[in-house]
Amino acid sequence: MTTTVDTVPNRTEDNRASRERIASALQSYGAAIVLGLLVIVGSIAFPTFASAGNFANIATQSSFLLIVAAGMTFVILTGGIDLSVGSVFALGGVLAAYGSTFGLAGALLLPLAVCGAIGALQGFLIAYGKMAPFIVTLAGLLGVRGLVLATTSGGSTTPLVTDEGVIALGQDSMFGIHWPVVIAVAIIVVGTLLLARTSGGLSILAVGGSESAATLMGLPVARVKFGVYVISGLCAGLAGALNAAYSSSGVPTVGVGLELNAISAVVIGGTLLVGGRGNLIGTVAGVLLLSVIQNLINQVGSLSSSVQAVVSGGFLAVVVIIQTVLSRTQRL
Amino acid sequence: MTQPTVSARIPSRATALGILQRYGVYIAIVLLLVYNLFFTPNFFAIDNFRTQFVQVVPVLIVALGMALVIGTEGIDLSVGAVMALAASTIPLYIGYGVVPAVLIAIFVGAVIGAFNGIMIALIGVQPIVATLAVMVAGRGLALLIANEQLKSVTDPGVLALGRDAVLGVPFSVIIAVVLVAGVALLVNKTTFGKQLIAVGGSRRASELAGLPVKRILLLVYVLAAGLAAVAGVIGTARLGASVPSTIGNLIELSAITAVVVGGTPLTGGQVKVLGTVAGALLLQFISATLIKHNVPDAYSQIAQAVIILVAVYIQRGKVSVR
Repeated sequence: MTTTVDTVPNRTEDNRASRERIASALQSYGAAIVLGLLVIVGSIAFPTFASAGNFANIATQSSFLLIVAAGMTFVILTGGIDLSVGSVFALGGVLAAYGSTFGLAGALLLPLAVCGAIGALQGFLIAYGKMAPFIVTLAGLLGVRGLVLATTSGGSTTPLVTDEGVIALGQDSMFGIHWPVVIAVAIIVVGTLLLARTSGGLSILAVGGSESAATLMGLPVARVKFGVYVISGLCAGLAGALNAAYSSSGVPTVGVGLELNAISAVVIGGTLLVGGRGNLIGTVAGVLLLSVIQNLINQVGSLSSSVQAVVSGGFLAVVVIIQTVLSRTQRL
Repeated sequence: MTQPTVSARIPSRATALGILQRYGVYIAIVLLLVYNLFFTPNFFAIDNFRTQFVQVVPVLIVALGMALVIGTEGIDLSVGAVMALAASTIPLYIGYGVVPAVLIAIFVGAVIGAFNGIMIALIGVQPIVATLAVMVAGRGLALLIANEQLKSVTDPGVLALGRDAVLGVPFSVIIAVVLVAGVALLVNKTTFGKQLIAVGGSRRASELAGLPVKRILLLVYVLAAGLAAVAGVIGTARLGASVPSTIGNLIELSAITAVVVGGTPLTGGQVKVLGTVAGALLLQFISATLIKHNVPDAYSQIAQAVIILVAVYIQRGKVSVR
């Protein structure tokens, strides 16, 4: 990470190296540190905050966003962006509810197949059609929301989940932990291993670091970019399906603005929007941070959701400003 | 601005593509109007066109500012929130009269724009995430200012702004035309316009050439937010109510679409003002056509998505040529 030459390090270079190390650590673990502080302060201030029940509640509510944000992390690591996840999340939920008439397999396979295909279409246009990710997934945001409305007669019908097995997937728990949380954690573990230990994961980081360098190294740049949008589509669809199972209905209006929360969580977690640098553990911290802020505001009780929007937005602004300043320190 | 296409081997195809890139949005409008002339009853009526023009005004004004921002290779997601903030301040100051209330609303917008600009130009935060933060916080702030309530605006001056007309042309349309002319002059005839395009073309080169890059970027975001605030005022005047919870929702997407469909590349370095107007009108006519044929909202959204993709795919070649 340090750019100093290792021959005869003088005092200023030592200083600079240590400053870079601190900046780099802050960038990676800043969200986790703030999260820890918030939990401590929250526990002291609100006795109802620090209960096993409340923590389990936070975990369950975070799990859906976490799965979406995990997919988003892969996309952002390549320097891309996926604005369609909110709409895909809603579509996944609606399709899961329709698919649940065929049992658990239908409730999972139908949304995964369709949402994966949507991710593949967007990935194809971005990777092989060389179109800007921002605009392709913006079209996805509109078009997929249109699909959601088209499959629910204009959003007026809410398909219900009737299958017991599907509802159990959303609402039952193992050792007090809901299944969506277990699945989200599994995705984070697998994703982290994928990023750190496989050639595919390293290719993702390389493409995000420098696309032209990755091309010159002979990496399959187009295939990597295509792949991350498929992953993001699958994650958003799965999260939507689990959310439908959890609420036992596929509500067509869910997920509006979810892409913004997911991007915020990823950025707060220390993943750089320009790509090439970041990890899923940071994203976990980012998602939990957003959820804890929301939970604490709810604990106060008298504050409205507008206050929460102001706090979340202000928090995001502070985080990105600090990050930008920190990464400038590292570049010096 | 338009450079000769390089591909000499297949000139006919290159020329066709060039024409599509340059005039595609106008061709699309003409085709759509011709279709409506034959297949949509009551489309070609003065009243209908007046309605269409009045409806397009907020998106158009926001898109003008967005075109400037995109010209510098930026993006501004906060425009909808700025509209909401402008709307939320009007009931607070309407007691001092129309002019002060409107000026304060625009000033508040400009302050938000300055905040965007400081984050982006001076600190170096990426435009998408800086304006995302302001988008989330700004709408929340607007709701707090308004106590999360809809407030009806009964001041006759404000209502006149939204409803009255001169020689049959609504005030809001006149304001939009004046702003279009102003932005077109700014981009094409002033030093600032040239500098803005230079910054979008290559920020590094502009810095080396000694241009005040940071000041230009800051001013561009102030202008974009100021224009969004004007759109917020007009939207409020038309409704006769300040509705910070819904005004300008998702308008950033429509504005970006209008700009891109109008031929301004997302990669910066060009601003097509007339193209942006045409892009906004095209989107308006498309949704009007679909509504008049009773096409459900679902399919009109899908149609809009396909149009964005086709427009951007056609524009795509230009980037490699430049």
